[in-house]
Amino acid sequence: MALTAQDKSVVVPGEELASGMEYLPTSGTYRDGDKIIAARLGLLQVDGRLIKIIPVSGKYLPKRGDTIIAKVIDITLNGWRCDINSAYSALLSMRDGSSDYIAKGADLTRYYTFGDYLIAQITNVTSQNVIDLTLKGPGLRKLGEGRIMNINPHKVPRVIGKAGSMVGMLKDELGCRISVGQNGVIWLQGAPDKELLAVKAIQKIVSESHIPGLTERISKFLSRK
Amino acid sequence: MSNLREHILKSLEQGIRFDGRKLDEIRVITVEKGISKNAEGSARVVVGDTEVMAGVKTAVEKPYPDTPDQGNLMVNAELLPLSNPDYESGPPSEEAIEVARIIDRGIREAKAIDLPKLCITPKEAVWSIMIDVLTINAHGSVIDAAALASVIALAHAKLPKYEDGAVKYDELASAVPLARKNLPITVTVYKIGSHLFVDPLPEEEEAADARLTAAVIEDGSIVALQKGGEKGISAAEVDAMLELAQKKAKELRKLL
Repeated sequence: MALTAQDKSVVVPGEELASGMEYLPTSGTYRDGDKIIAARLGLLQVDGRLIKIIPVSGKYLPKRGDTIIAKVIDITLNGWRCDINSAYSALLSMRDGSSDYIAKGADLTRYYTFGDYLIAQITNVTSQNVIDLTLKGPGLRKLGEGRIMNINPHKVPRVIGKAGSMVGMLKDELGCRISVGQNGVIWLQGAPDKELLAVKAIQKIVSESHIPGLTERISKFLSRK
Repeated sequence: MSNLREHILKSLEQGIRFDGRKLDEIRVITVEKGISKNAEGSARVVVGDTEVMAGVKTAVEKPYPDTPDQGNLMVNAELLPLSNPDYESGPPSEEAIEVARIIDRGIREAKAIDLPKLCITPKEAVWSIMIDVLTINAHGSVIDAAALASVIALAHAKLPKYEDGAVKYDELASAVPLARKNLPITVTVYKIGSHLFVDPLPEEEEAADARLTAAVIEDGSIVALQKGGEKGISAAEVDAMLELAQKKAKELRKLL
C-alpha cells in the first residue's frame, strides 16, 4: 500500500519499510507477509517500485563483475583459493588463471603462490556463496612489490571518485601506482614518502567521506604537504 | 610475502619506516596504573594501536620441591583471539609461551623480586606471585608492550599481610611493595637487511629477518636475551642491536 519509512533515512534490521504488494524488496530487504522488512543497517533507497538498502558498514558482499584485489591463500588440485576480504573465499581455476597451457600435475606455485596479490574479476557468485574469479581481462594481473591497505568496502566509491577523479588526482599528484579493489583492498606503489602521503590521503577520504567538499579538501591536503 | 620484504627494505634504504617513523622511533605510549580492583598490582599499556593489560596476583602456596625456601614466580601471557585475527583460541600458542617466558626470564634474572624473602615456612608455605598479561589489541611489538605492562604492574604491586593462615587482601594500602628497585625493561630490536629498528608494525614483523630481545636493568646491564626469526645475526650486529636496546630502555624507564 504505502511506504512506512522515509526515503534516504537510516533504517535498522527488522524495521518495517513498506506494506502492500506495491513495492518490491531488493538487496538488504525481505518480504514478510505483505510487509517489506529491513535486513541490515543502512540508508533506505526507493527507486520506483524497488526498495533497497545501501549499507554503511560491514564486510564486502561479492557481486558478479566486480574487480577486486584477492590474496592467494591455498592451492588446490585445479586452481588457487583466494581471500577476497569477504566472509567466503573465492576460487580462481587453472583455466581462468592463466592463458598458458598448464600440464596435469604441474607446480601451480610457479604461476601464483601463497601470499601473492591479484587484481581479479568476479565471474560468478552462487546462492551457496561459491565465488569464481578470472584473471582474463584488461588490467587483470598479478600485483608486484607494493603495500596493501584495507578500508571499509562501502567507502570504495568515494576513494575512486566520479569516473576515477579522486584516485586519479592521487596518482597524478604523488606519482604513485594505486589500484583500488571493490572489496576494499588497495594496493599502492611509489616513492616511500609519496606512498605514505597517499595512505594518509586515503584514510582522510574514508573518515571524511560524508562531509561535503571532499575533493577540494583532499587537493588542499596534498598541496600543503 | 617476499614482495613485502623487498618493499619495506627499499623504503628503509631511504630511512623511512612503513608508517613514516624513524628507525629508532617508538610510537606514542600511554600508561594507566591500577586498572584492576582485585589485583595486587595492574597496568594497561597502549603503544600506537597495540593495547596490553597486565595484573599481579599473590597467594600462599606450597613451594616447589627444588626450591623449598623460595617464593614462586609464574608469568602467563594470553594472546586473545579478539586482539588479532591470526590468534586462535585454545591452548597457548608457541608465540604466547615465548612472550611469557621472555617476561619471566627478565624479571627473574634482574632479581626484581626477592624470591628467598617470600618464604613463610620452608617446605610448607611460600608466596606465589602470578603475573597475567592479556592482549586487547595486537598491532605489532606485543613482546615489548607486554613486558612493559607486567613490569609496571609489578612496580606498583603490594604484598598483602599473612596472619594466622589467612591472606589479608583487603588491607593492601598499608602493605609493603612487592618488587625491589632493579626492574628490567625489555626492548626487542628487529633486523631487515642491514637495518635495525625497534617497535615494529605487524607488516615489519612479518618481513623481518631476525630479532633480538634484551632485558636491561637500571645501570644499563643486560640480564636476559632472546633471539628469534629465521636468519642469523653477526657479532657486530649483536653489538649494535644491544646498544640500541640499552638506549631505548633508558627512554622507556621514564614510564615506570
